[in-house]
Amino acid sequence: MSHETDPFAEFSEAFFEEAAEHVATVEDGLLRLDAGTLGVEGMHGVFRAVHSIKGLAATLGFGEVAAFTHEFESVLDRLRSGTMVSTPALAQLLLRSNDTLKTLLDASRAGRASSVPVAEETAALKAVLHGTNTGAPTATTAAVDATDVATGPRQYSIRFLPRPGLFATGQDPMLVVRELAELGDEVSVVCETTRLPAIDALDPEQCYLIWVVKVTTTAARDVIEQAFMFIEDDCEYSLRDVTDDPSRAGVAAFAPTLKQVAAAAVGDPKPVAAEATSIRVPTDKVDALVDLVGELVISQAMVNQIATTFDLGRLKELQDALASLDRSTRDLQERVMSVRMLPVATVFNRFPRLVRDVSGKIGKKVRLELQGAETELDKGMIERIGDPLTHLVRNAIDHGLETPADRLAAGKSDTGTVMLRAFHEGGTVVIEVSDDGRGLNTGRIREKAITNGLIRADEVLSDDELHALIFAPGFSTAAQVSDLSGRGVGMDVVKRNVEGMSGSVAVASTPGQGSRVRIRLPLTLAILDGLIVGVGGASYVLPLLSVVESLRPNPRDVRTILGDGEVLVVRGESLPFVRLHSVFGHPTATTEPSQAIVVIAETDGRRFGLMVDDVLGQQQVVIKNLEANYRKLDGVMGATILGDGRVSLICDIQELFRFTTTRRHAADIGATTVGAPEDIFA
Amino acid sequence: MAKTALVVDDSTTMREMVSYSLKEAGFETLTAGDGQQALDVLQGKSVDLIISDLNMPVMDGLTFIKNARQREELKGVPILMLTTESQASMKEQGKAAGATGWLVKPFNPEMLLKVIAKVVP
Repeated sequence: MSHETDPFAEFSEAFFEEAAEHVATVEDGLLRLDAGTLGVEGMHGVFRAVHSIKGLAATLGFGEVAAFTHEFESVLDRLRSGTMVSTPALAQLLLRSNDTLKTLLDASRAGRASSVPVAEETAALKAVLHGTNTGAPTATTAAVDATDVATGPRQYSIRFLPRPGLFATGQDPMLVVRELAELGDEVSVVCETTRLPAIDALDPEQCYLIWVVKVTTTAARDVIEQAFMFIEDDCEYSLRDVTDDPSRAGVAAFAPTLKQVAAAAVGDPKPVAAEATSIRVPTDKVDALVDLVGELVISQAMVNQIATTFDLGRLKELQDALASLDRSTRDLQERVMSVRMLPVATVFNRFPRLVRDVSGKIGKKVRLELQGAETELDKGMIERIGDPLTHLVRNAIDHGLETPADRLAAGKSDTGTVMLRAFHEGGTVVIEVSDDGRGLNTGRIREKAITNGLIRADEVLSDDELHALIFAPGFSTAAQVSDLSGRGVGMDVVKRNVEGMSGSVAVASTPGQGSRVRIRLPLTLAILDGLIVGVGGASYVLPLLSVVESLRPNPRDVRTILGDGEVLVVRGESLPFVRLHSVFGHPTATTEPSQAIVVIAETDGRRFGLMVDDVLGQQQVVIKNLEANYRKLDGVMGATILGDGRVSLICDIQELFRFTTTRRHAADIGATTVGAPEDIFA
Repeated sequence: MAKTALVVDDSTTMREMVSYSLKEAGFETLTAGDGQQALDVLQGKSVDLIISDLNMPVMDGLTFIKNARQREELKGVPILMLTTESQASMKEQGKAAGATGWLVKPFNPEMLLKVIAKVVP
């Protein structure tokens, strides 16, 4: 119907993205309104955000969103103009309205009916408006008692006659019908076909149907009339209160429910838009790209020109031209990547609200500090980092921070601080969640880990190693966790999510002073800095992010420990190590550790060695997905094409680390270990 | 030569939709996110039509028209307000400020172009 004829159909996605930004602005503003720190200009900003959504939704035919924002905006307008004063209850109501708006937008985006009680929310907003209309300054009470405004549910019969030509203006009568459906229950709809002409006179682009909707609702008349707000000029309708109508009984008995009719009329729901993502790019970024492409073309022309009349005398010129080409290419690469970058603020912005809600619920005083929100991160990662961060922030409030009383007893301020911080560090983005609470209880972690069989009872572990255990799968098992003073609830899930983005996560904690979880992410998922290593004539790429150092081991330092496989002693520390040639099956590789190179890599705060023949160099590689083109290989995260045209596999450090502990690998190295017997207990 | 229109709206999506409608009608378009930006864009550029929103940050639509009408070269340019505001009092303020026409959102391209045809020769 209207979807095909809508001239603006292609703008829907842009609308939803813009609307999401507006919703975030509103939430931020309302939280500040609640805290009393929202200035006049801020209030105008909140109003404009809702106002923009309304205008766009109306133009694009999202009637339900438009109708709701109309009410929402009206209340904000009062606050803006100063004819209404904010109260905590009102701020609460508006925050809820913003949630409703968000839900409505999500539903519209997915092309389904929303599940939120829009009518109730609308009525609550209206009640606020009427509260001030009658001169009563008690917006609060009005808001709270909103549902009592109507005196019990009434049944209405609504006859809806769309103008036959309304499709031409992009209107969709089913939007109205669906909106009426949300108003209450005992809904029925009957379709009148009296206007239908004979088949030969039927114009398929005309709307001949008339709907009679009966609904039992507590919503006031004017709330019901809102459904027609944007279609007023294109239809006639009548609204009749039939609550006391004797003919009421049995009317709906054989009528299909409204939802069925609406579903049938709409046909298959539109595919969820989640996959069809687009990026809004600031114009200056695009302009910079165009400039750079210009430079690239010039550099390339220079090289071409030199190449046509080249002799060795012009070698210097050629080198200069190539250097310039190199620079342009590199700049271009950086700029193109930056197009995919979004500030982490887009994720951080949800936390003021979350912290407010969670802390209020459990009676803790929490101050949230956000730092480095302008730090940019790949769009793909922005979308995936939200859940892990939410989890960490909840954990910090739930388990990390003490109750106000406990804090005062410990000589701290009664308000705890949770800090979210993002910053760049050496080609990676670091996001930290820290708190000034009680810190992890290593004693309890140890007990727990022993109970769950993660460590042996007599195992000696440093505090850092004990902290790292909270990320172990199976560390936390449901019931016992809630009284655990440290963390643990689903931290393995956090870890898995972060690792899925080629990132790493580590925790640090000081008893009594708090703890800090640090997530380290690559700038982008598409390119990584790699260390190229040679193994048996082939080359492999190790992500540089995980590489600590490389060294040629002294024969004395390689030992075989029963049950633990091979270890390498580096500056007094025993590190497990993996022979890359045995993992990937290169019979011609160097097998004697003292003649090979061991690259020390780190994953989740644990170090281990990777034995290779040689280190060949360092370069940025573009990651090509191997699973899409071939199949998943153990220990491999992807493939790339090196500068010389050879294909090289990119090692998955986390998976390789598991090889140090699996029995399969123990068997592998058993076959190839060449350490002399006297080395074992040296 | 193609006629040029300036579209002023703080919503990027709205700017794009209006620009899209105008381009379909053969206009070249310039855009601005608020009144101040619009005045900057108009510096040294001549346009045949201005379509402006009312509620915008930095400088709202009414202030923008008032300022634009001060400029000699903009005195004769048709300025249409495209806004969700439909109150008569607002429309009067718009007219007093120098607006040529007033369109209420939601808009559809057909309606927009009909009005434009009336004001742009």
